[in-house]
Amino acid sequence: MSAPLITDIAQAEQGTSLWRDAWLRLRRNRLAVLGLAVLCFFVLVALLTPWIAPYGYAQQNLELGATPPSAAHWLGTDIFGRDLLTQIMYGGRVSLAVGFIATAVALVIGVTWGAIAGYAGGKLDAAMMRLVDILYALPFMIFIVLLMVVFGRNMLLLFLAIGAVEWLTMARIMRSQVQSLRQQEFVEAAISLGLSPATIIRRHLVPNALGPIIVYTTLTIPSVMLLEAFLSFLGLGVQPPQTSWGLLISYGAESLEEYPWLLLYPGLALTLTLFSLNFLGDGLRDALDVRGAKD
Amino acid sequence: MLSVENLSVSFVTRMGTNQAVDDISFTVQSGKITAIIGESGSGKSVACYSLLGLIPQPPGRIDGGRALFNGQDLLQLDTDELRKIRGRDIAMVFQDPMTCLNPYMTIGDQLMEPLRYHKKVSRAEARARALELLDEVGIRDPASTIDNYPHQFSGGMRQRVMIAMALINEPQLLIADEPTTALDVTIQAQILALLAALQKKRDIGVLLISHDLAVVADIADQIVVMQQGRIVETGDRDAIFRNAQHPYTQKLLQAIPRGGKPVALPVSEPLVTVRNLCTWFQSDKAPVKAVDDVSFDILRGEVLGLVGESGSGKSTIGRSLLRLVPVTSGTVHFDGIDVTALQARELKRLRRRMQFIFQDPFASLNPRMTVYDTLAEPLLLHDIETRSTVGAHVLRLMDDVGLARAAVRKYPHEFSGGQRQRIAIGRALATRPDFVVADEPVSALDVTIQAQILELMRELGREYGLTMLFISHDLAVVRQLADRIVVLHRGKVVEQANTEDLFARPQQAYTQQLLQSIPGRAVRTL
Repeated sequence: MSAPLITDIAQAEQGTSLWRDAWLRLRRNRLAVLGLAVLCFFVLVALLTPWIAPYGYAQQNLELGATPPSAAHWLGTDIFGRDLLTQIMYGGRVSLAVGFIATAVALVIGVTWGAIAGYAGGKLDAAMMRLVDILYALPFMIFIVLLMVVFGRNMLLLFLAIGAVEWLTMARIMRSQVQSLRQQEFVEAAISLGLSPATIIRRHLVPNALGPIIVYTTLTIPSVMLLEAFLSFLGLGVQPPQTSWGLLISYGAESLEEYPWLLLYPGLALTLTLFSLNFLGDGLRDALDVRGAKD
Repeated sequence: MLSVENLSVSFVTRMGTNQAVDDISFTVQSGKITAIIGESGSGKSVACYSLLGLIPQPPGRIDGGRALFNGQDLLQLDTDELRKIRGRDIAMVFQDPMTCLNPYMTIGDQLMEPLRYHKKVSRAEARARALELLDEVGIRDPASTIDNYPHQFSGGMRQRVMIAMALINEPQLLIADEPTTALDVTIQAQILALLAALQKKRDIGVLLISHDLAVVADIADQIVVMQQGRIVETGDRDAIFRNAQHPYTQKLLQAIPRGGKPVALPVSEPLVTVRNLCTWFQSDKAPVKAVDDVSFDILRGEVLGLVGESGSGKSTIGRSLLRLVPVTSGTVHFDGIDVTALQARELKRLRRRMQFIFQDPFASLNPRMTVYDTLAEPLLLHDIETRSTVGAHVLRLMDDVGLARAAVRKYPHEFSGGQRQRIAIGRALATRPDFVVADEPVSALDVTIQAQILELMRELGREYGLTMLFISHDLAVVRQLADRIVVLHRGKVVEQANTEDLFARPQQAYTQQLLQSIPGRAVRTL
């Protein structure tokens, strides 16, 4: 048994928490730790990019044109003679920010909305879920174009807009989880103790619904990154000379035959991120499942 | 007829090898009922399933032994040969009649299937045979019900259909795995009587698997007691009951509930007063009257038993008293306060004084909360302790309910059923309530554990000065704990009386029927 034994009161008073136990278990999962390390590295690089990038992101050398990797330009240059490593570093700032912030928005809204609807049931549930259905039915492009037109093009708004679309599925997943969980006796036990609905949702329902939510979250982050690339491609997202991984990949794909490195390296950055996310997500899910292999 | 010799079965998992059945030998004689008794995990089902090749391999593995059935070693047969024997010479009846019938096939078709598969008879002949058997197992008017679907039958009727299905090929051996565990007591008594009658009439061998010694006591000829994969004792029923040798068998016998509560309490004033309580559930047509105009009192300091079969509304009453389900009409007064009229805030304050113990300790504990958090929650919520002082209180609770302090950081899945129920009891008693509703608190537990939990509840009840509403389908269990008993039937009170009066002089026909259905009469008369 890995759980520390408690023999005296002083130790017991520290209490326990699901998250601390989960962290202890996560640390034993090598792949998940590796994933976490890679993600942390990418985030760190993204944060420090303005100070550590070898060149400016708009700095061109038109005479140079597209060159393969060299000592001066480690990952080569693009057709305008811009340093690819710099581009990937600056692009990572946008892609990671979109991925994490938009997903966080989706997570917070979706989980809260779904949990309330699922727990309340009845008319409130019906009303809340009909709203979700209506938003589902709205063509998402029009929704984002409208937002952009009304509020002007704005990075933060882009995050919010994507998050506002992605939370719908999250809400549905959460609601179905909560609906089945609230039938269980431990929820009734919590009611009979006198806990308020908010506490019941926070302490008893959400922790038990985390498995599917985490898996879906790790799927949402990449899909949000790709969505951003798509929007940028249409001219609704970031615009040159600003860039993102999605944009770099789509430009790289156009010149795949002549300059393969333009696709290879941004693609590698995205793939590494996605792999890390998946490993971390799987690890987290297992770590949070207290019934998992504890011995 | 069936002779099992030195059978060993193990399960190989990543965690290591688990010896489920360890070198057991027993025989089943034709014309006798042999019962295998054991608690969950004792290997009784695995032993019987492995005879028919019904355990998945891997992870299951038969390590050795023989199972001679009419001179043929069942363990050596290949799957085709086994399939011929299964259903024709050896038939099975399973525990849960709700899930063992295909919901999309009429019972007639399901009955005819094994017959036509094994004997190649015509459809008309098979149907005639099916009708005969349905009649024999006591299905009323088989000609008109044979084309019905399983959902149109009650649990007891479905179990009869399952028995008919098992018998349709005239097997020589019938294996019945906990055939009555999922059924109400009165139905259980009927099914057991039916099994015994059919066995006698056909003079076949029956292998009855059960966790409940009382259930098999009335009909078994031979008893095999299993514990942790081994057979600890074998013998005639009378020999086992009169003169059990092995301590485990003696423990099982002692766990059979009998006798009443030792001391009766002096009469006191009512703590809970229920008047004209109705709890109806909305449905598409007429509302379901789960509780229909029920009135009774619970006196301060007493244990009131609430008895009834499934669907009698006993759980709904318990939940109504604590406002866990909305009450349709009527009043519930707790210590002079009308519970049905309370606002959320006042209700929360009252919840400290009235608590609920649930039936299934596997469902009533949050799987993601440690014991510590589970027990600390009510203490913190009602400001009985602060974060810095709650630890000591939690450990005291652990002592009270008989759990090791060292286990405080474990999660519910790391405990056995009985230990989990101790946690649930600890949670309910944490706030030192005046009144506790216990809804079938021991029915999901093994018999020996059941006896321990009942003992714990009796002790804590005295120590905490509890008033208790004890809900159960099992009269024998209620008798051990309750001072008075209220009998429910279809949402209405049939009879209420002091426990001993009720057992000695039941007034209503329904109560008499319930009393007669208590299994284990043979044990008590010995």
